[in-house]
Amino acid sequence: MARIAGVNIPTGKRIPIALTYIHGIGPSTAEQICEAVGVDTAQRVNELSDADVMKIREHIDQNFTVEGELRREVQMNIKRMMDMGSYRGLRHRRNLPVRGQRTHTNARTRKGPAKPIAGKKK
Amino acid sequence: MARSVWKGPFVDAYVLKKAEKAREAGRNDVIKIWSRRSTILPQFVGLTFGVYNGKKHIPVNVSEDMIGQKFGEYAPTRTYYGHAADKKAKRK
Repeated sequence: MARIAGVNIPTGKRIPIALTYIHGIGPSTAEQICEAVGVDTAQRVNELSDADVMKIREHIDQNFTVEGELRREVQMNIKRMMDMGSYRGLRHRRNLPVRGQRTHTNARTRKGPAKPIAGKKK
Repeated sequence: MARSVWKGPFVDAYVLKKAEKAREAGRNDVIKIWSRRSTILPQFVGLTFGVYNGKKHIPVNVSEDMIGQKFGEYAPTRTYYGHAADKKAKRK
């Protein structure tokens, strides 16, 4: 069992795949990490030596913001926009799409499940 | 698509002139501008602009975080108070 970046314990998967279980590391960053540390990407996590695990851990610590810290950073950015009174902050406050999408229809991810508007039917 | 860097930030000339004048005067009056499309520059920090929203000039106190955004972002142009509850629907 390998613990990398705090709580994450990916197991019998290939290393680049397992690394993407960490919040803040996607497929491309995971590949980069493997290359920088010099690990064979075909290897599984349980085949890794302790030294390699250490190296990966250190590499992530030094070069990336992950997990809680990243979540906090994102939250801070959103909060900053809300406090500034900018248009983007406003959209965040209202829980509406921020990047200019239409809201006439769709936008269900931000708005949540559709609320029926009663009336019309006789 | 983002604006090319070599062009530099876009600011309407009259905004620059007005801002400079306000800087020199030292008094912090509201500078009325209509140019919502102008970029907020570092030298605008601390000044108060009245950004036109189509009806009124909305006072915007420029802070450091706002640099690089456009003035229009700080003066919403739409008024919307949500839908009133439908009376007919309530009776049912």
